[in-house]
Amino acid sequence: MFPGIPMLNYDVVVIGGGPAGMAAAVRAKELGLNVLLLDENDYLGGILPQCIHPGFGLHYFREELTGPEFAARLAKRLVELGVEYRTAARVMEIRNYSDLEKVVIFTSPSGAYQAWAKAVIYAAGARERHAFEIGIVGDRVAGIYTAGEAQTLMDIYGVMPGREVVIVGSGDVGLIMARRFALEGAKVKAVIELMPYPGGLARNVMILRDFEIPLYLSHKVVEVRGRGRVERVKVVKVDENLNEIPGSEFWIEADTLIISAGLVPSVKKLTAIGVEIDPSTGGPVVNDRLETSVPGVFVAGNALLINDLVDYVAEQGELAAEGAKEFIENGGIGSRKWIGVEKGENVRLLAPHRLSGERDVYLYLRVARPMEDVELRIPEAGKRVKLSLATPAEMLRVKLKAEEIRDAEKLTVEVVRE
Amino acid sequence: MTKTYRFTCIVCPLGCSIEVRVEDGKVIGVTGHTCPRGQEWAVEEATNPKRVIMSVVRVKDGALPTVSVKTAEPVPKELIPELMKFLAELKLEAPVEIGEVVAEWNGIKIVATRGA
Repeated sequence: MFPGIPMLNYDVVVIGGGPAGMAAAVRAKELGLNVLLLDENDYLGGILPQCIHPGFGLHYFREELTGPEFAARLAKRLVELGVEYRTAARVMEIRNYSDLEKVVIFTSPSGAYQAWAKAVIYAAGARERHAFEIGIVGDRVAGIYTAGEAQTLMDIYGVMPGREVVIVGSGDVGLIMARRFALEGAKVKAVIELMPYPGGLARNVMILRDFEIPLYLSHKVVEVRGRGRVERVKVVKVDENLNEIPGSEFWIEADTLIISAGLVPSVKKLTAIGVEIDPSTGGPVVNDRLETSVPGVFVAGNALLINDLVDYVAEQGELAAEGAKEFIENGGIGSRKWIGVEKGENVRLLAPHRLSGERDVYLYLRVARPMEDVELRIPEAGKRVKLSLATPAEMLRVKLKAEEIRDAEKLTVEVVRE
Repeated sequence: MTKTYRFTCIVCPLGCSIEVRVEDGKVIGVTGHTCPRGQEWAVEEATNPKRVIMSVVRVKDGALPTVSVKTAEPVPKELIPELMKFLAELKLEAPVEIGEVVAEWNGIKIVATRGA
C-alpha cells in the first residue's frame, strides 16, 4: 500500500507496448481479463514504428508488412477491443506481495499510480549493447550512436545523424542501417564484423553489394578519435580466437560510428523481485507458459530472449496471456512434474527451460556456430528435424507435441551433423 | 563481352549460389539454382535489378515529424537515387492515413506505411 498514490485494479498489467505487449494485452482481453497496458514511449508499437523496412508479419498475419504496418494492426485490434492503455507511463517498480497480489508502480503525465494485479506480463524488450561494452576506447565525442538511436533519429524524427559512417556489426540491424544511410545519401565507409562470417540473413547481406559497401570480416573497431566530433576510427584485424593481430591496425576517416553489436534483454525490474535469469539468453528462466521463477510474473518477446522475427515475439505475447489466464483461474500454474530442457551439442541458448508435458510447445533456440546439412535432434522425444543450414543469426523454432514429451524425464536439444 | 554475375539467392532460406552469364545484354546461361523461382530471380537480378524502396517523408502537424512510406512496386536500381531526392523534397500535411497514396513519381505510387 502506498498512501497518497491513486490505486488502480486489474487482473493483469502488461509492461511494454511493443509487439509482445500488444499481442499479450489483446489476447488477455479476448480471454475476458481486465487488462492495463503500460508503455514509456509517447506512442504504441515499441521499436516497430521506426523499422520502416519490410519482412514483418509473414507468419503472424500471413503477409509481408513493414514494421509500422505490423504495429498499426496490433494497435487497431487493441483499440477495437477497448484495452486500457497508457503511453508516457514509466514503470518505477514491480512489487510481488503474494502469488495473486502484485503491484506495478508507474509515473505518467497525470501523476503516479499503483496498479494492483493478479498477474504481470513483462514485455519491455531489450536494450542495445553500446560502445563501452565492446571495448572501444578513445575520445568522448559526438557522433557515436547505437543502431537503434540512429534509426529513431532518421525514421521517426527525420534527422540525419551523420555523413560518413562506419558501422560496427554485420547483423540484420547493422546492414539495414547501412542501407538507410546509403539511401539517404551518406557515405557508408565500412561495415566491421568481428566474426569470420556476416551476421545477417542473405537478403540483407545483399545490401552491401547494392551500395558497394566494404565489409571487413574478422575485424574490430578499437578506438575513436576526434575533436568534439568523431573524425576517425581505428580498426584492427583479429585471429580465429578473436585476439587482435599486432601491426594490422588502420584508420578510417568518418564523422559517425554506429554500434550494432547485439541486444540484451531488459530485466532489471525482474531481477529486483528475484526472477531467476538464464545467463545464456540473458532473459528469465521460464516454463512452457512463459512464467518466470516468480509465480504470476510472465515474460514475452525480447525481454525473454532475443528474437529475429517479430512474428515469434507476438506469438510469445499471446502465450504469456494464456498463461496469465490459467494462473488467475487456478491460483497458480500447476504441473505434476517439470521436464527440464538441456542444451546439447552446438546449442547456444534455448527457451522455455521447463515443460509440463501437458501441452504442445514451441522451443526457441539458437546454434553456437554456422553449420550446413545438420539435424536438430531431441533424442528423448524421438524428434529429428533436417536443416540445410543453421546459423547463429537465425532463431530456430521447433514444435513439440504434448504426447512426444509427456513421458520424458528430461529433454536434450542438439544440432549435429547428419 | 561476357559478364558473369554471382548471387546468393534470397528467394528462400536455402541460399543457393547462382551464376548468371550475360552476353550483350542476353542471358546465355544460369547455373547453381535448384528451383525455377531462383532461376527467374537471378535472371531478373542480372538483367533488370529492382528494389522496393522504404523511406520517410516530412509531415506537417502530425504526431511525429515524419511518416514512413514505401513504393507500391519495385523500382529499377539505377533510378533509386533520383527517387530518394524526390522523397527528400516532399512535404506532406497531416492527416495521413496508413495505406494512403501520398505521391506519385514516374508512375510509381508512394504509399504511407505509418499514419500521421
